[in-house]
Formats: sequence, C-alpha cells, structure tokens
Amino acid sequence: MSESNDRPQLPLGLARRGFTGVIQHLAAGQAGSALSDTELESRLIELGFVEGAKVEVLHEGIVGRDPIAVRVENVTIAVRRREAMAIIVA
Amino acid sequence: MHLALVGTPNSGKTSLFNALTGSRQKVANYPGVTVERKEGAFVTPMGRQVSLIDLPGTYSLRGRSPDEEITRDVVLGRTAGEALPDLVLCVADSTNLRLTIRLLLELKSTGRPLMLVLNMFDIATRRGVTVDVPHLAEALGVPVVTSIAVRKGGTANLLRLTDDVLAQSPGKPRENLWRPLSVSELRTTQREADRIIASTVSLPARPDTWTARVDSVVLHPVGGLAILLLILFVMFQAVFAWAQPLMRLLSAGFDALGQFVHDAVPAGLVQSFLQNGVISGVGSVVVFLPQIIVIFLFILLLEDFGYMARAAFLMDRIMGGAGLHGRAFIPLLSSFACAIPGIMATRVIDNRRDRLTTILIAPLMTCSARIPVYTLIISAFIPPKLIWGWINLQGLVMFGLYAAGIASALGMSFLIKFLMWRDYQPAPFMLELPDYKMPRLRSVAIGVYTRALMFLQRAGTTIFAMMVLIWFLASFPQPPAGATDPAIDYSLAAMIGKAIEPLLLPVGFNWQIAVALIPGMAAREVAVAALGTVYAIEGGKEAAAQIGEALASKWTLATALSLLAWYIFAPQCASTLAVIRRETGSWKWMAVTFIYMLTLAYLASLATYNIAVAAGLG
Repeated sequence: MSESNDRPQLPLGLARRGFTGVIQHLAAGQAGSALSDTELESRLIELGFVEGAKVEVLHEGIVGRDPIAVRVENVTIAVRRREAMAIIVA
Repeated sequence: MHLALVGTPNSGKTSLFNALTGSRQKVANYPGVTVERKEGAFVTPMGRQVSLIDLPGTYSLRGRSPDEEITRDVVLGRTAGEALPDLVLCVADSTNLRLTIRLLLELKSTGRPLMLVLNMFDIATRRGVTVDVPHLAEALGVPVVTSIAVRKGGTANLLRLTDDVLAQSPGKPRENLWRPLSVSELRTTQREADRIIASTVSLPARPDTWTARVDSVVLHPVGGLAILLLILFVMFQAVFAWAQPLMRLLSAGFDALGQFVHDAVPAGLVQSFLQNGVISGVGSVVVFLPQIIVIFLFILLLEDFGYMARAAFLMDRIMGGAGLHGRAFIPLLSSFACAIPGIMATRVIDNRRDRLTTILIAPLMTCSARIPVYTLIISAFIPPKLIWGWINLQGLVMFGLYAAGIASALGMSFLIKFLMWRDYQPAPFMLELPDYKMPRLRSVAIGVYTRALMFLQRAGTTIFAMMVLIWFLASFPQPPAGATDPAIDYSLAAMIGKAIEPLLLPVGFNWQIAVALIPGMAAREVAVAALGTVYAIEGGKEAAAQIGEALASKWTLATALSLLAWYIFAPQCASTLAVIRRETGSWKWMAVTFIYMLTLAYLASLATYNIAVAAGLG
C-alpha cells in the first residue's frame, strides 16, 4: 500500500482500463447513485470494496466504456462507473 | 433433520446441492413471491434422513431483495411453514474466500449451528491456494470441511462431518443475536475476515490466467459483441434445427394418437373431446418441450461456464437504455422461440421488479407460433415483388413485424417503469464475474430435467384446463341435425364471435375472424386451422395454401394487414398466460399482461385498418 500513497487520489469511476491502485476510502455521497449513501456503501463493502484492498480495472464496456470490470483482491466485480465514483483510489 | 445451504452467488452452491440430492429435488416457488424454492433429500452415512434446502445466494443477511429476505428469514426461522434449520452449511468457493468468510461471521450471530464448506477445493489446490483447515476452523469457531461437489466421492468428508455435528448433543440453544449490520460493522467484519484469511490461507501470486485470457477476448468491446452474437446465432440455429425435427415428431405422434382415438371411439362428443380437447390440446403444448430443453441446455451450460455474467456485462448499457437489466437479454432472446421458456428463464434476474418487467414484455417478442399465421397472411396478400431490385416485399413485411415486436417491447418496458415504478430505484448493476469453470454435465442435466418436469406439470394442470375450456366453447352447443354449415358456427365460440363482432368491426375483422380468435387462444398457430374450419376447408394445418386462397378472395388487404398488426400484440396464448401466472405467483400480473396486450393489439389494428382504408386498400 505504501507506494501508492504518494499518488494523487481519484474516484475509481474515472479510472481507465489497466489502472491499478489501492482503495483509500469510500465516499458514497459523491456517486450520484440511485441508491442511498448507506445502501451503496453497504453493497460496495459486501462485494469486497474496503479500504486497503488492491484494485485493477480489467475491462471496459462497449457503450461509453461503461460498466467496468474491476479486480478487487482476487474477485472480479462488474460495476457501473456511476457507482464506482464512490470508491476513492490512489 | 433440516439442513440449509447458504452462500454467495457463484459459490458452487447449486452444484453441491445437486451432488448431495441428485435428482430427488422439488422445485417450487415460495408462497406469494417469485423466488424459487429448491428442496432435496439425502441420507447420511450414519443413516440420518436429511432434507436439504438450497437458499438464494446472498452476500449478507440484510435482505435487500425478496430472494435475500427468504435466505435471512429461513435462517432465522421467521418463515411460516419452513423448519428452522438444524444446521446451516455455508458454502464457499475455495479460490475466493473473502466475501463468504465475511458472510459466515455475520451468520455466526444468528446462533444457528454452522459449518463452512470449502467447495471447489480441487480448483483451489490446482491454482496453488493452500488452506490451513484446522487453523481456519479454530479462528472461525465453526467446523470446516473441504468438498469437491463435481467429483464422485467429493462430498464424503462433508457427509461424515455432518453426521458428527448432528450427533453432538445440541446443548443449550444459542440465542439469535443477529440484527442488521451498520456500515461500520460491515467494514469491521470484512476486516476481520481479511485478517483470518491472511493468517490461514496462502494465495498464489498470479490470478487465474485462463479466465484472464478468455476474458481479454470475450469482454473485448468489439470482439466480445461479435462472440455474443455468434453464440446467439448458434443457439437459434439449435432451437430451430435441433428442436424442429423432434417437434414435428411429437406433433405427428399426437396427430396419430388423435387419429387412433378418432377411429377407435364412435363419432360423437366423447370422440371430439378426446381427440380435439385432450389430445390435441395437450399436444399443442407438449410440442414445445424440445425447444424448452434446447434453450435451457444452452442457458445452463453458459451459466455454469460463467458466461452469463459476461453477457450481462456486455449488454448492460444497451439494455439499460430501455430500463432493462443486462440479465434480461437471454430471456428476451429465448422468447423469440417461445415466450414460455423465456419467461421461465427470467429466474436469472435477481431483482423482482426487473424480473417482472421482463416477464411482462417477453410475450411481445415474435415467437415461433406466430410464424404460421404471419406466413399464411403474407403469402396470401402480399405480392412477392422486389423493391429496388433486391428486397423481397414479403420478407420486408415479415421483418417489419419482428421489428415492431421488438420496438414495442422496448417501449413498453420504458412505459412500465414510468407508470408503475417511478419511485423505485433500479438495482444498480453490480455483479461478480466468476472465474470460468468447465460446466459439469450431471449438474446441467439435473437442471434441464427439473425445468422440463416443471413445464410438463404446468402443461398437465393449468394449461390443460384452459385447453378443455376452449374445446368446450368451440363444441357446444352441437349443430342441429341436418346442419350444413361447419359445426363451429353453432357453438358458443361462434356466439361469442358474433357478439363481439361489433367491437371488432372498427378494426376490420368479420365474425369469422372473431370466431377463429377463440380456439386460437390455445396457441396462436391454431388460429390458422380455425380459420380453415370456419371457412369450411378440410385438411387443417396442411391446407394452408387453400386457406390462403379462400382468405384472399374474402378479405380486403386492409383486413389482412389489420390482422397482422393484431398478432404482433395479441395475448392469444393460454400457455403463456398460465406460465406468467405461475412465475409471478399472482393472477394480477396475468390479467395485467392480458389487458395491456389486448389494448395494444386493438389500437394497432385500429390504426392499421383505418390508415389502410384511407390509403384505398379497403
């Protein structure tokens, strides 16, 4: 985790294919998701998006590069960019 | 003894369930909800009779969908009519323990006796994952057992340990301390899970390279779509090329059986009931069995392989534009063959409202039963001339009918969302893309078998009852002695037809069409034979050419076009309605489907007929 602490933080929703990083924190309020902040944050945690987890953007969808397929530790999760905006990575 | 299987989606729960219970399964719905209830039975090595229930996959006990509420309520013993499980088996994919261990930590607070099953242990070992099982059991405080559901004898350890756990005197029952976790508690349990995994599991440095390699092709923005289309193409070819000969065989078999009864039983009501009511009624539904088997074979193979989640990923934004879930794609596609397997296939959609929307619009996809009606009318009324030298006008009309079906389905989905669920937040697309696995034929075969059985049970009950009703309407009262007109002209069907004729006059239908629409309720293509009957043409389905000629001389082009428009929408399929009722568990949604489709059909025909008459085609 230490080497990525110097990198600028950005929401995972803006990351492009090939991006690798570590989750810094969750900011459900920034996502503009249809879900409530608590619900979105709960779902993200249940799918393994917790602070310190390593992520890599593996694939992008056809229309508008959305959704994205993200490797979280050793699981691959497909998520829309809108919801991924809540995941702050560096 | 009652056992329950709990696990995250893709944990191999279903293949473990199949391995433990074999084909001794009962599949039904939980009362009042569209959630599938799967129960099976097996006997442990010590001779204990165990009933096993396969609960819907979930990542937590929060119960954010009806499926997940079922899982929570059964585990907590809150579901009326469900026994509180004596032991909960928490199933984990051994290659991917993070999310399941978090779920297990949450399950511990329910106080139910628990056991962790490390499933797919062979794949984990091959990939270099090592698990310190005794240490893990100690850290979690629950028994842990490894299992390989797909291999013979792969569940031996699991069965042995189940006996051991069940043999222990229950002691004083532990209290249920579970309550919904707050965000910070969720986070804490995930951290705790990660800590336990770090001290007991060693993961290989590299992920599954096979899955990564397949995904780099299958999820490629251009290549991926091409592969998806190719798979669909093969699937459709299979539905028509493989299923069609069998369907013809079944159809011929039922015809022969009907003929046999016709010859064996003296002419009269009993003969007509057996031949036209029972045999041809049941036959017209059972004929779809090969298509259902082929479609489910494909769906289950793709699901087992791990491709369905990828198809949803590729289609998500495209389907999302119409307010549909990515997973609705395959069910809607199956509906082009027949809406019945399509509606049954909506079970892959977890969210209830997304699933209902898909069920409501599935019958708008042009199913194969409409093809005989379309071809009959098109060949009778549309000249086979070429436009711009290369487009066949008949083909163009056929294409237009398909396109109208698709367009109206998308429009309806939009409208349904707008009218009924404006307040409803669509489930955001968040889906695990599981590692690819070789499908196991045994597990797929059990899945296809239970689906086929489910369909036949339906054909034997609800659908059969409707067929008998339709036969009754078309047969009673009987024609008077010495009648010269076809028997159907004297029946209740004809009375209804004539009674509703004034209603159908504005759309250009005569009473003969109205009469044919009634037996056509059994299955759309039956309308062809029914038109033959009312116009007194012998020979049923095989006489399509003569029926076409008769129609061409008696109908105007405007009437023909109006009937085509009617058939894009008309809810004329008793089986589809029956399946909607069974799958949604309510008469309400069946009625909603019937009424909205009938309204659309009427409006479309009204518009078509009046435009055609105005254009001088009347």
